[in-house]
Amino acid sequence: MTVVTPLGSYRNERPYPFCPGCGHSTILDALNQALVRRRIDPASVVIVSDIGCSGLSDEYFATSAFHGLHGRSITYATGVKLAHPDLEVVVIMGDGGAGIGGAHLISAARRNIGITLIVMNNLNFGMTGGQHSVTTPRGSITASTPFGNLERPLDICGTAAVNGAGYVWRGTSFDDDLPDRLADAIGFEGFALLDVWELCTAYFVRRNRFSRRDLVSTLDDLGFATGIIQNRPEVPEFAAACRAAAATQPPLPQPRAVTPTYQACLDRPFTLLLAGAAGGRVRTAGRLLATAAILSGLYAAQSDDYPVTVRTGYSVTTLSLSPKPVVLAGAPEPDAVLLLSPEGAAKLTRTLRELDSSAVVLTLPGLATLPTPATVIILEPPEKPRLSKSDRALAGAAAALELLNLFPPQALVAAVTAEGAFAGQLEAVAAGAAMGAAAKA
Amino acid sequence: MAPDSGGVVRRELIDGCTAIVRGALDAGCDFFAGYPITPASTILGMMVRQMPSSGGVAVQGEDEIASIGMCIGAVSAGARAMTATSGPGMSLYSENIGLAVMSEIPLVVVDVQRLGPATGGPTATAQGDTQFVRWGTSGGYPIIALAPASLPDCYHLTVRAFEMAERFRCPVFLVTDKELGLTLNTVETADMEPRPAPARPAPDATGPPYRFSPAGGVPPLRTFGSGEVVRFTGSSHDERAFITKEPATIEALNRHLAAKIEDHIDEISIVDVDTDPGASTLIVSYGVAAGAAGLAASALRQQGRRVSSAVVKSLWPLPEAALAAAAAGVERIVVPELNLGQYRREIERLLPAVEIRGVNRVDGCLIAPSEIVEAA
Repeated sequence: MTVVTPLGSYRNERPYPFCPGCGHSTILDALNQALVRRRIDPASVVIVSDIGCSGLSDEYFATSAFHGLHGRSITYATGVKLAHPDLEVVVIMGDGGAGIGGAHLISAARRNIGITLIVMNNLNFGMTGGQHSVTTPRGSITASTPFGNLERPLDICGTAAVNGAGYVWRGTSFDDDLPDRLADAIGFEGFALLDVWELCTAYFVRRNRFSRRDLVSTLDDLGFATGIIQNRPEVPEFAAACRAAAATQPPLPQPRAVTPTYQACLDRPFTLLLAGAAGGRVRTAGRLLATAAILSGLYAAQSDDYPVTVRTGYSVTTLSLSPKPVVLAGAPEPDAVLLLSPEGAAKLTRTLRELDSSAVVLTLPGLATLPTPATVIILEPPEKPRLSKSDRALAGAAAALELLNLFPPQALVAAVTAEGAFAGQLEAVAAGAAMGAAAKA
Repeated sequence: MAPDSGGVVRRELIDGCTAIVRGALDAGCDFFAGYPITPASTILGMMVRQMPSSGGVAVQGEDEIASIGMCIGAVSAGARAMTATSGPGMSLYSENIGLAVMSEIPLVVVDVQRLGPATGGPTATAQGDTQFVRWGTSGGYPIIALAPASLPDCYHLTVRAFEMAERFRCPVFLVTDKELGLTLNTVETADMEPRPAPARPAPDATGPPYRFSPAGGVPPLRTFGSGEVVRFTGSSHDERAFITKEPATIEALNRHLAAKIEDHIDEISIVDVDTDPGASTLIVSYGVAAGAAGLAASALRQQGRRVSSAVVKSLWPLPEAALAAAAAGVERIVVPELNLGQYRREIERLLPAVEIRGVNRVDGCLIAPSEIVEAA
């Protein structure tokens, strides 16, 4: 961090608005002392405040600030740090924010994101009238627990520590070492959490005859550790780790543009369904057919349908081919269906029944007895080489090109080759072409 | 065939989500955070893979609230940010959308719509969020929403969304749907020639972070790390971003939030019109339904009918002048949409003297041109 214009005080001229005896003023004074000690350019300090009385905090500092929504301050701070890792980001939230934003608190700990989080923990919601929060001790009287709180208070520090936070401290606003620990936290690379227990004199103290001594005895009764609970500077900081990991990643190959080099036979819109099973590379076959169509001067669109449990059940691809650009509209009537497996056939039972009599169904032996008014052509797979399940879709596509007179089958060979065909794909295309030619004969 | 500058026809097989990601990266988007949801996960996956090579950061948040929150934080620290989700995620974005409006954070939010309400149909298409994006947060302030109707639109309107977000310092929604987002289709490379990243308006070196006068003015964004102290807030505030209860200041702030968009509708408005001056029927469409609308207009004209078509690309604010001009002299307006008439009610409000007919589907399927022809 470049030290530009460190200040004698990071406070502005505005007086604190907090109630007499409220711990917030003490904690903010301690934060000011810590910032002075750290000598950071005030513009580079971003105080991210939450909602509630603690959410007023940013207004009393001459630093940069972001005042956001209740419980979400950690998310803004994470975005700031990820976008601009050189900034010193300090989040101030209350116990209310820690409750509603619990998922963010745990995630910040798990990531070990390089922000400082101060929880101004006064055991209830002060700004809204003293309702119970996630840290309210059992039995306490609050506006929403008139018969005593029944919920166990959340161990914020224990939760953060066990989930990977680099630096965790708990104490009270009365602790003399608070400025030192805040300075530690600000200088810490990773996620630093300070859970500062304090008094809400407006509500919690009055309703529960609660004192400074009770803060300490409550912590003891609960068995909540105090002082520095965790200090692991060796854990990688998330924003730096993110950039380092990303730097090792090769750029993603981009889809390649193709220039039509074949002449299509198709002179009208044509819809072809490919219906197979999960793992049958139905979508890949569809994409290769679509690319081949584009290589032949046609326009192609491909829409896939499969169950949410992707490795099982049917896989149906709809290909729309046309000499004109394909417009997404309505549900096109299939002109041809390629059935590749029982799962695909079962999925299309109704479609097959409702096909036009001019439509063609290409199918494999064993799937042939489907009720359909369309012309059914059975494709006989070759004895050798045996078509594996994962090659059937591509072979079927090649067969379809022999039978349906859409565009030259060589375009499919070109599309497969251009993709850097893996072993077996070109053989599957050849076998499919033979299968189609045999059926034609 | 539309040849490129070299005279060679080049075509690609891509989906809308890919075109959106390409548009975002060309627009200089250098921060993305999102949470997995069908049918928008493609954008998250591509961003995570592609962002590093352009020097940006793309992460998965712990939920949608964190994802949009991180984007807002990143923008405040100088990033150009985008997030993407679908209906359920839009619901969780709601409060932070209000924060982006109030704190004047430019941000692009992609809504790849699916059938709702609730979990609805993740793989079924819909346009059910048309009014939701308009009124998606408390308080009732205007937002900008763009709706691509084609693959080139997905690319170009994403770039425009970033331009508008920074021009007006507000969230801009890119509203698309499962069909346009996930269907692979053929696009002429020439129709998606890379656009230059929009230039950023230079902020004042000093001066307050907000300005409410003139109401329709937009102070350029100053961000953390610029060397100056900068403040943002989501509470009712004065121009220095301090909380205020002063009615005159709050009035000026809130009028400004509305005026900075409503005073510039003509600048924001994008409507593709195909008008026949003697038309008795106008088809008003947007998003994926514009495909069927275009085919229906052609079919009607082949039947000898006089028909105009207006495809609204800037859904919000309602492009009133452009729509009124397109509707001049027509007897009826047909509004096809994949909801129960959410945009139709806007047209009814705008043009009360004209007969308005809706063509509506909420079954997850696309409207067929024949349905529009029948209604026209």
